[in-house]
Amino acid sequence: MATALAVVRLRSLFAVVMLAGIYSLVTAGIFLTLDAVDVAFTEAAVGAGIATMLMLGTLALTGHKQTPPRHSPVLPLMVVTITGVVLLWGTHDMPRFGDPDAPIHRHVAPRYIEESPTEIGLPNMVTSVLASYRGFDTLGEVVVVFTAGVGVLSLLGFRRRRPPRQDSESSKEESDG
Amino acid sequence: MDWLGQYNYYVVFFLMMTGFYVVVARGNLVKKIVGLNIFQSSVFLLYISMAKVEHGTAPIVLADGTVYSNPLPHVLILTAIVVGVATTALGLALVVRIKEAYGTVEEDEIHDQDEPA
Repeated sequence: MATALAVVRLRSLFAVVMLAGIYSLVTAGIFLTLDAVDVAFTEAAVGAGIATMLMLGTLALTGHKQTPPRHSPVLPLMVVTITGVVLLWGTHDMPRFGDPDAPIHRHVAPRYIEESPTEIGLPNMVTSVLASYRGFDTLGEVVVVFTAGVGVLSLLGFRRRRPPRQDSESSKEESDG
Repeated sequence: MDWLGQYNYYVVFFLMMTGFYVVVARGNLVKKIVGLNIFQSSVFLLYISMAKVEHGTAPIVLADGTVYSNPLPHVLILTAIVVGVATTALGLALVVRIKEAYGTVEEDEIHDQDEPA
């Protein structure tokens, strides 16, 4: 949380990007303590690694100084506070943290936990749901990543005015897809 | 003291609003994307913290009678992280393109350049 606050205050964008990487790594640690080992792995590799690299590449192209904001922060702060209060108001009938009787754990999840090791033959339930039960969804995810890669290349790839910079950008995209 | 048991939601909402504030109040486009990422990971945290079961362990098969956390939100968020990075890459590419066209990534200066035209 302190890292996130520092991101708000700092004006050197280089420091902001580095802090975003640290923030991502801390998030991965939290996922680990919440039993989501696969998610922690992905967040550490993709969130802290690739996203930070992409942002550093962008900073190299756009400069790393932020001008001081011209508008007063009162209106955004008000909007944000009101939204936060509404969200808090929405939690009052949510289940408590770690409650084993919460509705989310009672409906379909036991079925996957009990049947998927014998049905698919993989000990890791996350993998068997991702690759087998929801294989088409994962295929759709690959399509989304591919579309994003095509979009990035069509935005940047045809620029011939600055050949050396454009090369570094396209090589980064390949590592992403 | 039921509301103390929901502290995961309070952390998530704080992070979410921090990211939201960065997106709304800061003019630099790169910083807006960092804010968007904070917002996004707070949503991930919301789902993953919902999946946690007390005294549970990671959803990989062990001996009989083990309590596992819920694997389904994990799968959802696994997909969401990868898609999130794809959208981040697209947003950053747009920022680079705007820099080429306008020579700046500050929102105010872009508005100033558009006004006289």
